[in-house]
Formats: sequence, structure tokens, C-alpha cells
Amino acid sequence: MSQPRPDSAIANRPERTGNAFLATLRRDLKLAIRHRGELANPLIFFLLVITMVPLGVSPSPKTLAILAPGMLWVVALLATLLSLDGLFRSDFDDGTLEQLLLSPQSSYINVLAKVIVHWLTTGLPLTLIAPLLGVMMSLPEAGYIPLVLSLLLGTGSLSLIGAIGAALTVSLRKGGLLLSLIVMPLYVPVLIFGSSGVRAAIEGFAYNTQLAVLGSFLALAIIAAPLAIAGALKMSVNN
Amino acid sequence: MSKALDKQSLTISLEQLACRRDERLLFADLNADIQAGDVLQIIGPNGAGKTTLLRCLVSLAEPSAGEIRFCGQALSQQLFEFRQQLLYLGHLPGIKSALTPAENLRWYAGLEGDTDRLDSRVEQALKDVGLYGYEDQSCFNLSAGQQRRVALARLYLSQAKIWILDEPLTAIDKAGVAKLEQRFAEHSETGGIVILTTHQDLQLASLKRLDLQDYLPSPEQMYGGAE
Repeated sequence: MSQPRPDSAIANRPERTGNAFLATLRRDLKLAIRHRGELANPLIFFLLVITMVPLGVSPSPKTLAILAPGMLWVVALLATLLSLDGLFRSDFDDGTLEQLLLSPQSSYINVLAKVIVHWLTTGLPLTLIAPLLGVMMSLPEAGYIPLVLSLLLGTGSLSLIGAIGAALTVSLRKGGLLLSLIVMPLYVPVLIFGSSGVRAAIEGFAYNTQLAVLGSFLALAIIAAPLAIAGALKMSVNN
Repeated sequence: MSKALDKQSLTISLEQLACRRDERLLFADLNADIQAGDVLQIIGPNGAGKTTLLRCLVSLAEPSAGEIRFCGQALSQQLFEFRQQLLYLGHLPGIKSALTPAENLRWYAGLEGDTDRLDSRVEQALKDVGLYGYEDQSCFNLSAGQQRRVALARLYLSQAKIWILDEPLTAIDKAGVAKLEQRFAEHSETGGIVILTTHQDLQLASLKRLDLQDYLPSPEQMYGGAE
């Protein structure tokens, strides 16, 4: 086995960082697939709550159509919130989190890989199932495409922002409530622009402003959130 | 930068180090020089601060006073170089129980960024710790000792020069301990550093010991604040 040569180690840095990113991505995807039960939790929650609305409020399509954009967005947001607590918990408990932070590759990239897996296993399925639930909520036809597009952009931000809260509370035994309190205010803008985009489309207005705002939230979150998450994780592992 | 990585010049020095856990000062004025080829066993009774010292060494915790220097420069300035050379085994095994031993090791190799001939290296490492034939079982089904061995397989897989190991011998049988001692000896001969805590007596010629009882804080430090 050859010794790592210092020069080559530094020259290969981008490639090595890429390897670390892929290794974490692959590992977390495998873990998600092995814990299929947990994977389904947010989806089932989404499905159940949306099924209850016509039963609890009113089955009339007219009423439901008014509620639909807001309701779909609120429940998708809560479903994401529900899944956050486990994001770093098991890594924290078995010590792989500290190993991840000690990697010579930047924590930014490893953390980003973990959040991407979280989005792939919650945000993306929620987005894909949303049109189906839109039918249940008698969402007017013009609302489907903006619903999917806004959720696609919005859930990305939700995963990234939520991961900051999860990282801050991972060392607390009962951080659930605190996590919601930290994350909720940050979720509000995403919710407002997401659901108002869908409503605008239903009412026949253009909805690209809202999508643009959601897109810029996402861009900002991709750049800034992993730094905050890595910092918060370092603090959590420190005690 | 490349000078820092030259294995001949690998040194870690602790200067006037003091660590706190919660409000208690565990040890103070700890001075030590660790050079390439050293195997250092940190001893002390339970609660003496062995784990805390190791966590400070790998920068997972902050010392309350003093400084750690890596190759002559402050550790915080050299983190990337240090971590490239670091293999840390904490008192948590760092093993995902839903994954197989091979998958766990592949992740670690990936974290180092080193994925050349990965499959054969992982297989060899698992053979070396006596887990051949278990590579496709999920770690869930392995015993405590076997799980520890999965973590220890990193000693055969990694090319890191600085090993910082917190109780690596827990739950390992006698033959396994002898094999690990041999591995430590090999590592020190090739210019590596091993810093470990264990309550077992190691049979190594090059072993140095650091007793934390020698650095108990004086009463003034204890109550007057060490900072």
C-alpha cells in the first residue's frame, strides 16, 4: 500500500471531496431504504390529514377548492417537520456523526449529502403525491402544475432550514418541541410564497414571482444552510 | 504545508494543557511531546479525564487552558493537515448497525476520499480482524466484540498516521488483543503515532505511559479558576 504523498493529497482534493460526498450520499440512501417504515411516516401523515379534511370540514368541492392550496402546503410542511427529529439522531447516538465531522473533507459537503437524502426521502415523495391529494381536495385544474413546482422548490428549502434546527437540538434528549419552535418561524415565508403561488394560479394570475422567490430561498439555503448545520453539529457534539 | 505532512516531522505537543468537564477541572499543566513512532498509553482511574483529553486532541472539545501544537503550529491552524492523518475511534463505535461491516468500512474510506481498489482493501481489512465471512451480515446481528472489530478494521484500511483510540480493546478477546498490539508495533515502526486509553497492560517495547494522576490540579487551580 503506497504512502499518501502530501502533494498528491492536496492536488486530488476536489476528487476526494467528491468521493466523500458520494460515500455519504450512498450510505444514507442505503440506510433510508433499510428503514422503510420510517420512510413512509411523513407520507402517511400527509395522506391521513388530507383525507380527514373533506370529512371534517365539508365535502363540497367549492369549499374544498378554497382550502386546497393552503391545506396541502401546511400539511406538507408539518410532514417535513415531523421527519426532522431523526435526521441526525441515529448518527449522533452511534458516534458516526463525530466521525463525519472529523473527516478531512469539508463538513459542508457531507452535511449537504445528508440533507439531500432527507429531501429525496421526504420532500420529493411529498411533492409527487401532492397532485393525487389535490384531486381529493378538488383542487382546480390550473393549480396542479404550480402546486408541484412550488413544492419541488419549497420542500428543498424546508429540508435545509429544518436541518439547522435538527442539528441544534440533536444533543438534547427531548428536543422535539424546541425544534418546532426554532424552525417554524423560518418556515413561514416558504409557506406564504408557496401557497400564494398556487392560489394566484387558480385565480388566473401569473405565479412566476412566487416561484422565483421560492427559487431564491432555495439558492440561498443551499449556500448558507450547510455552513450553519455543520457549525451547529460541531457545537452539539462538543458537549 | 508538505513539510507538515512529512512523516519524520510528525509531532504533537501539549503545552500547559488543562481540561474541564462540566465545572470540574480534570487535570492541569499537562505537558507532553509525542513524536513519530510513539505508542502512548494514557492511564488514570475512571473519570480522570482520559476520554476528555482524547476529545481535546482531536478537536472535538476545547481545552480550558493551554495549547495543542501539531508539527510546531497551533492545531486549529493545521486542522486539514491534521485530519488527513487522523484516525479517531471514540468510545462510541461509530458503526451503523443497519449496514454490513463492508458498507460501514466503505463509508469510512470514502470519508477519507480514498476509493482506490476499495473492495479488495475492505475485504482484506475484514480478514485481518477475523470477520471474514461476516461482511454481508448486517452489524445488527454481530456481537459487541465483533462490532468493535468492525471499527478496528479501520486500523488496517486507513492510511492515517495518527491513531487516537479510546478504549479500543474493550470486548476484544485475548488473541485479538495480541494481534492489535502487533499492529500498534508495526504502525509505530513505520513512523506512526498511537495514542490510546486502556486499562489493560500492553506488552509493547516502545510503549510510553502518561498518568493523568500526575497532573491533578492544585487546590488553587481547582477553586480559583485555571484560566
